[in-house]
Amino acid sequence: MTLLEVKDLSISFLHYAKGSRRDKTNVVDGLDLEVHEGEIVAVVGASGSGKSLLAHAVMGILPKNVLVSGDVSYKGERLDAARLKRYRGTEIALVPQSVAFLDPLMKVGEQLHAPADGREQAAERRTLFQKLKLSRQTEKLFPFQLSGGMARKVLFSTAAVARTRLIIADEPTPGMHESDVREALARFKSLAEKGCGVLLITHDIEAALRIADRIAVFYAGTAVEIARAEDFSGSGEQLRHPYTKALWRALPQNGFEPLKGAGQASGPAVELGCPFGSCCGSATGRCAEGKPEPRELRGGWVRCVHAS
Amino acid sequence: MIRRHMLQAAGMNTGIPRWNGRIRTAISVSGAIALLAVIMLGSRLMGSEGLAVSLEERNMAPSPAHLFGTDWLGRDMLSRTVKGLALSIQVGLLGAACSTLIAAVMGLAAATLGRAADRCISWLIDVSLSVPHLVMLILIAFVCGGGMKGVAIGIMLTHWPSLARVVRAEALQLMSADFVLVSRKLGRSRMWIASRHLAPHIGPQLLVGFLMLFPHAVLHEAAITFLGLGMSPHQPAIGIILSESMRYLSTGMWWLAVFPGAGLLLAVWAFDRIGGHLRRLTDPGSVRL
Amino acid sequence: MLRLIAGFIGKKAIRLLTLLAAVSVISFALVNASPVDPVQAYIGADVMRVGPEQRAEIAAYWGLDRPFPERFLKWANALLHGDMGTSMIYREPVVKVIGERFLSSVWLMALAWTFSGVIGFAAGIAAAMRKDSWIDRLIKGFCYTLASTPAFWIGLLLMMLFSVWLGWLPVGLSVPAGVLADEVILLDRLRHLILPAVTLSVAGIAPIALHTRQKLADVLESDYILFARARGVSGLALIRRHGLRNIALPALTLQFASFGELFGGAVLAEQVFSYPGLGQATVEAGLRGDVPLLMGLVLCSTLFVFTGNTLADFLYRIVDPRMRAGKGMIR
Repeated sequence: MTLLEVKDLSISFLHYAKGSRRDKTNVVDGLDLEVHEGEIVAVVGASGSGKSLLAHAVMGILPKNVLVSGDVSYKGERLDAARLKRYRGTEIALVPQSVAFLDPLMKVGEQLHAPADGREQAAERRTLFQKLKLSRQTEKLFPFQLSGGMARKVLFSTAAVARTRLIIADEPTPGMHESDVREALARFKSLAEKGCGVLLITHDIEAALRIADRIAVFYAGTAVEIARAEDFSGSGEQLRHPYTKALWRALPQNGFEPLKGAGQASGPAVELGCPFGSCCGSATGRCAEGKPEPRELRGGWVRCVHAS
Repeated sequence: MIRRHMLQAAGMNTGIPRWNGRIRTAISVSGAIALLAVIMLGSRLMGSEGLAVSLEERNMAPSPAHLFGTDWLGRDMLSRTVKGLALSIQVGLLGAACSTLIAAVMGLAAATLGRAADRCISWLIDVSLSVPHLVMLILIAFVCGGGMKGVAIGIMLTHWPSLARVVRAEALQLMSADFVLVSRKLGRSRMWIASRHLAPHIGPQLLVGFLMLFPHAVLHEAAITFLGLGMSPHQPAIGIILSESMRYLSTGMWWLAVFPGAGLLLAVWAFDRIGGHLRRLTDPGSVRL
Repeated sequence: MLRLIAGFIGKKAIRLLTLLAAVSVISFALVNASPVDPVQAYIGADVMRVGPEQRAEIAAYWGLDRPFPERFLKWANALLHGDMGTSMIYREPVVKVIGERFLSSVWLMALAWTFSGVIGFAAGIAAAMRKDSWIDRLIKGFCYTLASTPAFWIGLLLMMLFSVWLGWLPVGLSVPAGVLADEVILLDRLRHLILPAVTLSVAGIAPIALHTRQKLADVLESDYILFARARGVSGLALIRRHGLRNIALPALTLQFASFGELFGGAVLAEQVFSYPGLGQATVEAGLRGDVPLLMGLVLCSTLFVFTGNTLADFLYRIVDPRMRAGKGMIR
């Protein structure tokens, strides 16, 4: 069953341009994405390509000066204010990036206990704490007293209770030791095995490939390709979009080719034509004519006129 | 949820070209400057006939002939108010300017003359901040035997510490900047570094600091004069007008207190706005007095 | 924890001693440089009836004929023994005058301090919760206007409105004129306290409201609020659970650190309403050249401000868990 469905999502900021004029910058542009039950979908892309905004848009916690259009549905129903209120913190959970997302003046134990939580969740968390090798003492600490690893476990345990159906994890692995990364990923994997949908947002394509079923590749505010994890193999012949191929080949074990157009990925969306056009080796005149429409291809999905 | 975001943003959108923050800032700053210009020019142009005693026109409520009414000696309250404001602004300018100068010297000295000087000045700042401004002003006014001199010196000596702190912090930060370190290695003197490297960077901070000090200076001038320790009763100061008005309050002559006070409020408010806007424009959030 | 507090108190005690010493020396030197003749100030209206010999006697009685260091040492020595000299205008020991005045002022200031704190805090929260709405703009505009308003003028307006026009409240003095002190009932005292207290609290609302507004607005934009919202906390619960916790301490700190302004405001409010407190005594001492009383009041107000700052510092360093446990870890 489809848990999360994002259709034609665009996010843009209002800001001051030169003088006293105000301008609009598109950060996410025409994004489509689906997450099914028991599935891990990874969203990969350069830092600043609008991935975190996607997470915040789904949770309905974007700042006020942000314009959003498009549709977000959960279990086939439009996720409007009332449904968000019902599902947020119960069925849909966010695992944030860092300890800065915890109230600095609230003890961990008190903070873990969300308003919607009952005795059942408290007991679940206690077991989870044992499993994660967090002592009971941890509950009495303030967030600033947590070590990096402890903080990650605490953040993870806010979401990982049985009633959660959909987890959105925003950069859960950066700056972690290899062993910690493996452990963190294993946790998400085990949640998915219990039927939970996981949207894993990361810039670490290798980490994503280890557990994800499908990978959405972000470029200039939109998904240029959605591929199955097994498509990332060999020299990337199975991949559909030139940017994805370039990303794949830029990995150390795949040739370490320098990535062109990496800067573009974090800039504002290009108005006309394929956003990757200026950096693409196989670009032709057709690429500049308009934005490529998304189309199905070999069990995946791509925004490129040339892909076959 | 998404619809709500759109509506909110759309609401902000409607006024984009005409009424955004920057244009409002420009308008309010020019309005404030115009107000102050009117006060200063008005007091110059008005002459002193409004201040003359005319017993036939005593105790008159506001009317077209006397917009602010007249007092118990028949003096025109509008003239008195404008003159009083002009005087208060002048004293405030003098006091705030000297305070800014002291703050600059103290701040730069603390940053450049080494640890001992820094400790000494920081301690002096602490001591000055630990006596209430008004009590210190009363003490200094008493020491100077009252009058304009007392007020001006009092304001000068009491308002510098907070700005000096800002200057010191800024200068200390600059002292560890690369270009200053190189200059020091090259053997430049402290004076040279303070005047060539630090002063230009501190300039904008001082301007904003001055504009933030000024309203305080005017308010304190009015307060100390109101208490009877400031300007002499013969000068047309707002504090004098208001303290005199107290004697006539019970007779219902409200205009004696309302208009001069409102004038003072408006002038102080105008300057406070200029300072606030300029602070946000130059450097959001760094100068806080 | 106890060691931390003991260390804190020890450090503060040393600071207080040096501070009082410095303020004593500076103000004594200042007063000494005054052109106002203290003998003249003492004699006041009796100037015609006092001959030169009597003047010399008075000077000798007050020790005014001695050189500066000697006088200072004598005064400082007496001060260390708890004797601040005798007030020239009230003809009573300074300690006694200040003690009596302090009692009436402290009620005024405590009331105003609490009022302005509670109202300012509430207004700040209301403004931040509806940031950029008309209510926020109203509160902000009101605060900016208040901050530019002379406190004594507010007092004059209130007096005009409530005492002269409406006749609800008395014009001045802390007790009705012509009534013996024992007969003054509490209600009367309260009636006389209302207007000065309101004046003083109105003057103190703006800083705390603007500070709270800014602080809460920052908190509401913080990551932890985002996360709390993502976990289903919303509306007032969000403010109660995460907002108040993070803004209460800074607001209280600011409120304690504003004792200086509070004292200054009290001077003005007491003068407007002829309320016989410390502030009015300060003005009287300044106007009539009562040096011992003025010196005593300068020291007293310094002590008052120091107390406020110390409490603020205490809240900041000892009560906040980040500063307490994280000494050195954070900042």
